[in-house]
Amino acid sequence: MARTMAEKVWEEHVVRRADGEPDLLYIDLHLVHEVTSPQAFEGLRLAGRKVRRPDLTIATEDHNVPTQDLLAPIADPVSRKQVETLRKNCSDFGVRLHPMGDIEQGVVHVVGPQLGLTQPGMTIVCGDSHTSTHGAFGALAFGIGTSQVEHVLATQTLPMAPFRTMAVTVDGTLRPGVSAKDIILAVIAKIGTGGGQGYVIEYRGEAIEALSMEARMTVCNMSIEAGARAGMIAPDQTTFDYIEGRAHAPRGEDFEAAVEHWKSLRTDEGAVFDAEVVLDADELSPFVTWGTNPGQGVPLHAEVPDPASYEDPSARAAAEKALAYMDLAPGTPMREVRVDTVFLGSCTNGRIEDLRTAAEIIRGRRVAEGVRMLVVPGSMRVKEQANAEGLGEVFEAAGAEWREAGCSMCLGMNPDQLKPGERSASTSNRNFEGRQGRGGRTHLVSPQVAAATAVRGTLSSPADLAAL
Amino acid sequence: MEKFDVHTGRAVPLRSSNVDTDQIIPAVYLKRVARTGFEDGLFAEWRKSDPDFVLNRPEYEGASVLVAGPDFGTGSSREHAVWALQDYGFKTVLSSRFADIFRGNSLKGGLLTVLLPQEVIERIWKAVEADPATEVTVDLVEREVRSPGAGVQEPFELDDYTRWRLMEGLDDIALTLRHTDEVGAFEATRKPWLPVTL
Repeated sequence: MARTMAEKVWEEHVVRRADGEPDLLYIDLHLVHEVTSPQAFEGLRLAGRKVRRPDLTIATEDHNVPTQDLLAPIADPVSRKQVETLRKNCSDFGVRLHPMGDIEQGVVHVVGPQLGLTQPGMTIVCGDSHTSTHGAFGALAFGIGTSQVEHVLATQTLPMAPFRTMAVTVDGTLRPGVSAKDIILAVIAKIGTGGGQGYVIEYRGEAIEALSMEARMTVCNMSIEAGARAGMIAPDQTTFDYIEGRAHAPRGEDFEAAVEHWKSLRTDEGAVFDAEVVLDADELSPFVTWGTNPGQGVPLHAEVPDPASYEDPSARAAAEKALAYMDLAPGTPMREVRVDTVFLGSCTNGRIEDLRTAAEIIRGRRVAEGVRMLVVPGSMRVKEQANAEGLGEVFEAAGAEWREAGCSMCLGMNPDQLKPGERSASTSNRNFEGRQGRGGRTHLVSPQVAAATAVRGTLSSPADLAAL
Repeated sequence: MEKFDVHTGRAVPLRSSNVDTDQIIPAVYLKRVARTGFEDGLFAEWRKSDPDFVLNRPEYEGASVLVAGPDFGTGSSREHAVWALQDYGFKTVLSSRFADIFRGNSLKGGLLTVLLPQEVIERIWKAVEADPATEVTVDLVEREVRSPGAGVQEPFELDDYTRWRLMEGLDDIALTLRHTDEVGAFEATRKPWLPVTL
């Protein structure tokens, strides 16, 4: 029978299947960070259990870490304790850790792919919802809770409830200035924050195939914002080229054998998805959010919507609440919305290509008066590469702050936060109330829009900038 | 894990859709390394900033059933959201739609999340708002929610396996460890090129 890619990867990992029980799946790679792991390690200790496969586990410090003055101790004692706890746990249980100051330290979802640990056909989990990022390689990757983190540490498996499959097909070609971020924001606006609930999404079509690996990661990263369990993209030559030569990639004959297998993972001709959604890339334009969930977005050239225009009373109430929080009036052109801060970074858009794109727009220009621009590379390796390409200098010359790697202002667990009432244009993934700091207001944007907004001070696309 | 069979308690009507886990417990409370004591973080921002927020109203004090709007628990995978609800005193949450990861976390940890049609949720909201003493019974044995005060007797779905695990209060890890031989056998068949971290 013709099968989808997600079904194939699932089948390859079933350790045990029994009537009336969820399938027990084997986990090929477990990524660990400081926030969702302490209680899991403590659970192992209390039960006298070990980590079954430390060699399939890797940890880094990302959520809490400061992005400046790395040599000073972490000022916040609670954050410091959490990071120190991770170090002790990794040491006690024999787990490889990339701590602050290490060249491989960074946002966990940037670190896995750059080390070549993320490969097609694998099952990958992490106590972080944006684990869906790794699906860009054709891996089945999902975020899990701390109980499941403990389960994977102890058994290297997870009992998993069955899923449904959804195809999101993006036909056509993206226009200049329109990016992967705009694709996924448009998908979420179309199907809603619950539209993907219970599904593994496979992104396909001409526009997806044309994307680089970095851009594919941006798309899969935000699958969770549509409520999906995971997002996947079929591996192809772009994928193989990205993996080849990386530290943990297979080599020589192994690589050839791996590629043969990876090619077999593609969804079979005639396989049936439980749901299908189609978008036309030619019709997409830069997209921005106006509300407090990622589904509340519009094209940049549009206006803040009027809650009265919603037929569904629950959506209307949500829009009214969101506009009150965001301090926006219906009908305001999005382009006139002024921001205080621009954040470029995160597991959504903190990779080298994102930095290159933004730097190209910023080069020779200045960050607008009164605007703070924070550029936070996804990993120290990304930072090193960006510096080698002179990108750091471009950001600094424009008046932006060029920081060290971490999750930073995406969720404000470290000192990088919005103040109450401050407004940001952010390349991150969530515009929830208070996400970037208590009382902060977030507009989700692409790196292109982030860079142009930094220059003009209002939500803008590169096309709005005066020629140099 | 505490066993769950039948729970009866008063309810809190939370009339918001898309309540994300950042609202259920803001990130600042995630820095702790202990497993208990998260009740102060539950809906911390809303409790601080809105005196009329449902959990600030004395008539709902001591309630143990949260009746939430659709798409409850979206966003971050933080299991702290489940812990905060439990530490605060909630035994069960009713909604017409839950986010996947939150639902998984809740059922692992013994917080029973119950799917009901939105129309039933609305009826419970109205009854509880009219009389906060209205009791709601969540019966896992019969897979049924009952609230005579709200005129509700509604079956709900939950797979047999999860129901059995919750009723027995069993921890997944112990169950899986019974199958260690099968895990070992599977490991012997893994592709040789798969990456290792050490």
